[in-house]
Amino acid sequence: MSSTATETGTTFAPAADTLGAVLMPGARPPRPSAWSASVTFGWRAMLKIKHVPDQLFDVTAFPIMMTLMFTYLFGGALAGSTTEYLQFLLPGIMVMSVVQITMYTGVAVKTDIEKGVFDRFRTLPIWRPAPMVGYLLGDLFRYAMASVVILIVGLVLGFRPGGGPVGVLAGMALLVGFSFALSWVWTMFGLLLRSEKSVMGISMLVLFPLTFLSSVFVDPRTMPGWLEAFVNVNPITQLVDAVRALMAGTTATGEIAWVLASGAVFIVVFGTLTMRLYNRK
Amino acid sequence: MTNAIVAEGLVKKYGTVKALDGLSLAVPEGTVLGLLGPNGAGKTTTVRVLTTLLRPDAGRAVVAGYDVVRDAKRLRSHIGASGQYAAVDDHLTGAENLEMVGRLYHLGTRRSKQRARELLERFDLTEAADRPVRGYSGGMRRRIDLAGALVADPPVLFLDEPTTGLDPRARASLWDIIGELVQGGTTVLLTTQYLEEADRLADRIAVVDHGRVIAQGTADELKDQVGGDRVELTLTSAADLETVRRGLAALATGEPQIDRTALRITIPVANGAASLTTALGYLAAERVAVRDAGLRRPTLDDVFLALTGHEADENTTTTKEKVA
Repeated sequence: MSSTATETGTTFAPAADTLGAVLMPGARPPRPSAWSASVTFGWRAMLKIKHVPDQLFDVTAFPIMMTLMFTYLFGGALAGSTTEYLQFLLPGIMVMSVVQITMYTGVAVKTDIEKGVFDRFRTLPIWRPAPMVGYLLGDLFRYAMASVVILIVGLVLGFRPGGGPVGVLAGMALLVGFSFALSWVWTMFGLLLRSEKSVMGISMLVLFPLTFLSSVFVDPRTMPGWLEAFVNVNPITQLVDAVRALMAGTTATGEIAWVLASGAVFIVVFGTLTMRLYNRK
Repeated sequence: MTNAIVAEGLVKKYGTVKALDGLSLAVPEGTVLGLLGPNGAGKTTTVRVLTTLLRPDAGRAVVAGYDVVRDAKRLRSHIGASGQYAAVDDHLTGAENLEMVGRLYHLGTRRSKQRARELLERFDLTEAADRPVRGYSGGMRRRIDLAGALVADPPVLFLDEPTTGLDPRARASLWDIIGELVQGGTTVLLTTQYLEEADRLADRIAVVDHGRVIAQGTADELKDQVGGDRVELTLTSAADLETVRRGLAALATGEPQIDRTALRITIPVANGAASLTTALGYLAAERVAVRDAGLRRPTLDDVFLALTGHEADENTTTTKEKVA
């Protein structure tokens, strides 16, 4: 009895590579092309982060700054106390930061095209969307990192989510998933526009009103009617409400469905447009 | 011998500009074709069509037995391409760049790493293997880019101006590498503006101008098209150049070329040795001081000039070849 337990305790788990070598010496059969190619491009994105860690600035320092700034700027005026406002603001500021980070996807695509790396990719026998999907896989990591950073800052400042760990994780997963879908808008612009600056310009032009004119900072019911109408149909409002509800542990089935549906639309419409542009290049 | 690359009547238009205007060529398996032409002649466009990056407006091309439009997907497993703008990732190390390509060819992680090391060693980049490519010299970048094209050992290789912008040493080292590849049986289509490069590396040369092939053959065949040998005289005074040109007009089978800065006159002649003797006799009789005198076979520069009416390195067209 005790010997079995000891054995289990010391079981050596071989690395996937070692295992593969033992089981199949020589060439391994090719894995499904689409997935493995996308993962390889995701790996490339992670290597870039490893070699140029300062590109993580926008998913670490920037979100911290945003959280601190808006908590202390608006907290007293809007909710009477910063701790109280933080309970409302934190899910919102998390959505805003992560959604704004998505714009860098377009810039990264543009940079690569200009350097000629895409020509190499396009002569390779791979699933065509793989380089794009790879970017976005790397970006998922960045989005997740920004979310975690903001969550930690929030917890330190006194954010106490009613939904518990499960609710918080569900909220973050929804946010990261939606951001992945939204990124396809920027990959399209990355392929469409002529310079990195114009990609950046367009992204900001869309993202600033979309994130500010939402329920991130205040309840839309306090706004003038025409603005409230816009804010209520803004997908970011739906996303903020859904994330807020998940983290607070309340139900928001309608909002979640809305977020998932709009995410699917983004992928279908802008994913298709992206691939069409990519193939035509 | 079967052809690894065949192109028939390729046409590619950008607006009203015809980048390719009915270009045809054939490259037998295991040989090197040098596509020679000035900037804007259509060399890069040809390579982009043959490597499936660009669809031709008309004409057809078959590479390694696959149609470049209909079988583009399958063709991509059989070709390697290395461009004049090194397609490498600056932030990744040399080893990582090659490993990535290996993984994309489904070699698997272990085999990809191993293949990357093999290539780095072969291209003399082992020391730089784990440094980001950003810090590489121009020659090293070309080598790593070429290595990237060789990861899957493709039977057909496209090299678009592989040595443009390199210093003579880096160029010579790249030439050695390409020479070895060809020994190994790889079919290569190489574009170049350097006549010397085509002469040195290519079995056959196709001269391209304004989107079409205007002459084809081995370097010797092309030289024969331009006629016989050249008597080349270097004088000591520019004033004598005209005198000599007039005095030796009877010998010339074509228009003599005069290079005033080098004080050199080059005269195409029919009977090489006899003509040289005549020329020297004339110079002695006229008491023209000579720094150097000799007989040479026509160079590809002469060929180019004779075929196109302009020098190879001249920028004759405003057509931009690098169209996205």
